[in-house]
Amino acid sequence: MEVPILKQGAVLIATFQAALSDADLNQLRSALVQQVVRFRSRGVIVDVTAMDVMDSFASRTLREIAHIIRLRGAETVIVGIQPEVAFAMVQLGLTLEGVATALDLEEGLAYLNQKFKTMK
Amino acid sequence: MEIQVTISSDQDIVLARQKGRSLALELGFSSGDATLIATAISELARNIVSYAHTGQIVLKDILGSNRVGIAVTASDDGPGIPDVGQALRDGFSTSGSLGLGLPGVRRLMDEFEIVSKPGQGTKVGVKKWRP
Repeated sequence: MEVPILKQGAVLIATFQAALSDADLNQLRSALVQQVVRFRSRGVIVDVTAMDVMDSFASRTLREIAHIIRLRGAETVIVGIQPEVAFAMVQLGLTLEGVATALDLEEGLAYLNQKFKTMK
Repeated sequence: MEIQVTISSDQDIVLARQKGRSLALELGFSSGDATLIATAISELARNIVSYAHTGQIVLKDILGSNRVGIAVTASDDGPGIPDVGQALRDGFSTSGSLGLGLPGVRRLMDEFEIVSKPGQGTKVGVKKWRP
């Protein structure tokens, strides 16, 4: 299942659907990096509101996405982690260390805009 | 009610956890607990794919003295775990990978059992009771 990636100015927004397999996550990682390069994006928002389970592979892939994109000089924000998913992640010892998170899309965009100002 | 899911690809990981979530909700678990159960199933299925390549996950409803719950058994004929004690102690390594994630799975569920020997495969059984 492909994850739709929308462009909003200098920001790319990828919206997760519920049932993403490992292959889907790998595909998303490649697609996001390609698009960041293609559009010279400065920010990426990954919206995981619809994700019902964050397991070790998903968490690792999101961290990798954020790090790769940072190497391209852009910033990633993960938004919409559901409270029960966050709880399960903590039990499992999954941290999204080094990756910015925000409550929702609006907060994520606000965070990026703030970042862009300081990056100038 | 017993549901068996053969695990041999990453798609099966998704299938197993979706079936686990459905069964949990059917049994009256809260959405939050269903998420914990689905997450545990995901990690167990992932271990099967990573280390044994194929195996099986069985989901069952269980009855206690005055409560209901869900039992998940993850089994495979893979290489087995050389040092189970070590696997149950290691949460994650310094490289950031989670190894087998077994301590995490144990934290997510109420009961946890494991039988594994090199050359004899692995069987993990976990249970969660509905409060």
